[in-house]
Amino acid sequence: MSEPNAQVDAAIKGMVGTEYGRTYSWDPVNQPMIRQWCETMDNESPLYHDPEFARQSPHGGPVAPPTMLQVWVMAGLKNRLPPGSTTRSPFEAVEYLRANGFPSTVAVNSEQEYFRYLRPDESISFTAMLESVSDCKSTALGTGYFVTVLMTFLTATDEKVGTMRFRLFVYKAHKEFKPAAAAPADAPAKPSRPHPGISQDTQFFWDGLKQNKLLIQKCKGCGKLRHPPGPVCPHCHSFEWEALQASGRGTVHSFVVMHYPEVPGFPPENPVLLVELEEGTRLVAGLVGIKHADVKVGMPVRVEYQKVDDDLVVPVFRPV
Amino acid sequence: MSQHPLSRRVAIAGVGTTEFSKNSGRTEIRLAMEAVLAALADAGIDPSEVDGLSTYTMDNVPEREVFRLLGGKKLKFFSRIYEGGGAACAPILHGAMAIHSGVADVVVAYRAMNERSWYRFGSGVGGWEPGPMVESVHFGWYITHGLVSPASWIAMAARRYMHDFGVTSEDFGRIAVSARDFAATNPAAFFYQKPLSLEEHQKSRWIAEPLHLYDCCQESDGAVAIVMVSAERARSLKQKPVLVAGAAQGMADDQQMMTSFYRSDISALSEMKLVADQIYAMADLKPDDIQTAVLYDHFSPFVLPQLEVFGFCKRGEAKDFIRAGEHTRTGRLPVNTHGGQLGEAYIHGLNGVAEGVRQVRGSSVNQVKGAKNVIVSAGTGVPTSGLILTSE
Repeated sequence: MSEPNAQVDAAIKGMVGTEYGRTYSWDPVNQPMIRQWCETMDNESPLYHDPEFARQSPHGGPVAPPTMLQVWVMAGLKNRLPPGSTTRSPFEAVEYLRANGFPSTVAVNSEQEYFRYLRPDESISFTAMLESVSDCKSTALGTGYFVTVLMTFLTATDEKVGTMRFRLFVYKAHKEFKPAAAAPADAPAKPSRPHPGISQDTQFFWDGLKQNKLLIQKCKGCGKLRHPPGPVCPHCHSFEWEALQASGRGTVHSFVVMHYPEVPGFPPENPVLLVELEEGTRLVAGLVGIKHADVKVGMPVRVEYQKVDDDLVVPVFRPV
Repeated sequence: MSQHPLSRRVAIAGVGTTEFSKNSGRTEIRLAMEAVLAALADAGIDPSEVDGLSTYTMDNVPEREVFRLLGGKKLKFFSRIYEGGGAACAPILHGAMAIHSGVADVVVAYRAMNERSWYRFGSGVGGWEPGPMVESVHFGWYITHGLVSPASWIAMAARRYMHDFGVTSEDFGRIAVSARDFAATNPAAFFYQKPLSLEEHQKSRWIAEPLHLYDCCQESDGAVAIVMVSAERARSLKQKPVLVAGAAQGMADDQQMMTSFYRSDISALSEMKLVADQIYAMADLKPDDIQTAVLYDHFSPFVLPQLEVFGFCKRGEAKDFIRAGEHTRTGRLPVNTHGGQLGEAYIHGLNGVAEGVRQVRGSSVNQVKGAKNVIVSAGTGVPTSGLILTSE
């Protein structure tokens, strides 16, 4: 366990409360950007696409989606700020930590608050304040500081139109990150899901899934089925076994919706089933095809196969 | 009186604890030594007399280091019992066996962890390279689907228990509310003077549905130690002897660690039933003889089937028992009078043994009147252990 560095600690705490000058936007709120953003986000509301609909709406004319708030002040691909913007980075605390032993950064959360809709041609700028820096914390990722920056968005007449509280974790990783192999430049980043430990006793099960087969271990001595697989039959102690292909039909024996901690590669609300197969064995598996709020114990389900990557296919079940 | 050769032959003569916090600010070995020395002082036994030590897995403090710092010269018995919190009562069984058989004279059980400030004990498994070792293969059946935490494994059994017996999230909440009520009047508890309402429980965020945040125990820094000697020796020491009337460990059908999902009834706690049958037989007592119980509450749902396996109500009827408030301050069986691991601290069950001792001594801050026989249980859903402590 590394002790927090007292000097870094004092310096970073001393920055809390610092206010940063204005950062301007390259372009005013504009219809082409709204259209592109809505296409990307799958937002098909006529309010943002149909000027006539917007005119007849309570807004009386075109407006921008409130969630575009930060879009208008983004620095762009070259990371250059528009003329007149402050030269002092609102994220100087993060930069300080990076230069002083906490090289990694992860965005933790972002809370936005909107006071009104923005209209085309409004020019938006923002000011920032370093709202808080946590004590030195140890998380699953590493040891470091939670840094919260409060951004306030203003119009050209200094009207406050929204805020954004952006929280980052600036840390030193527990162990050095070693990429397994360089990913092709055009491959989208994909969070990897946990992989199982596989032994000689269980290899057949995971190999079966890769061929879209759900296999159950069957004792050659007494014929009993068993899952999870093991080297010997608990009933007759025969070491001889074969793999039986399951029909894939079963019922939900129980289920969990996993919320916290979030597990990389899974949705934030992850439903997980305990399925009782019609052959009599049970297994844990994922759920597809239904909202988790609609799952019921006893619900009939059928297996499908989900490819995680070249090394792993997992069983998932869909209600029938 | 019991015919069992081990019953009431060994006594708990001393208890020591540190404060319970979220950041102790000192090392685990230091916490261990503070608790062990406090327990020995409580008993009135010189540290040089310790010839046995016992703890259970997931503790990072080696027996040899505790013994070295005690300045000991002859340690004849040391056992580290598997299964983490499931073994919380097991050092008392092992210590009793060692003392009664003559292997050792003074055995100290201890637990010392910075499980909040040094690491996050409840965050679950993962982050290792998968391999063919038994544990890696075992966790593979769950982590590949995102079930990585103790809360998620318990939630699977809890959901089925709700379905089978018409139990609700509010029933789980009633366990947490009562625990926090006791914690509110226990100055040693993290949640001292901080009671919880059922409404607050219901509004708290989901961790692993059907478990809310307040169904989950704390992560705590702290240490507890328990000193055992023969009953005969205990009678000449400082404290009123607390006899080990019953002590047992148990594993049962198709046993796994928190994921016994493959047995016919996944919420029946058959390993705890085995423990209950053994300790009642060993102590020659029955449920009606028990005045208060410390039932392991890493997660509130499993307190309910424990009430059933220990015979305080029938299978499926624990919800009625708790809806009637029988587990509260004014009920027939006050449960977890220290505030439990939900309210006092999560010292992996050994703080529950300490509360059992205090109830028998008559020195609990939430003393149950006439408490003579007290049940203490260890981790549920895992290979487990349990005790009946009693006065003479």
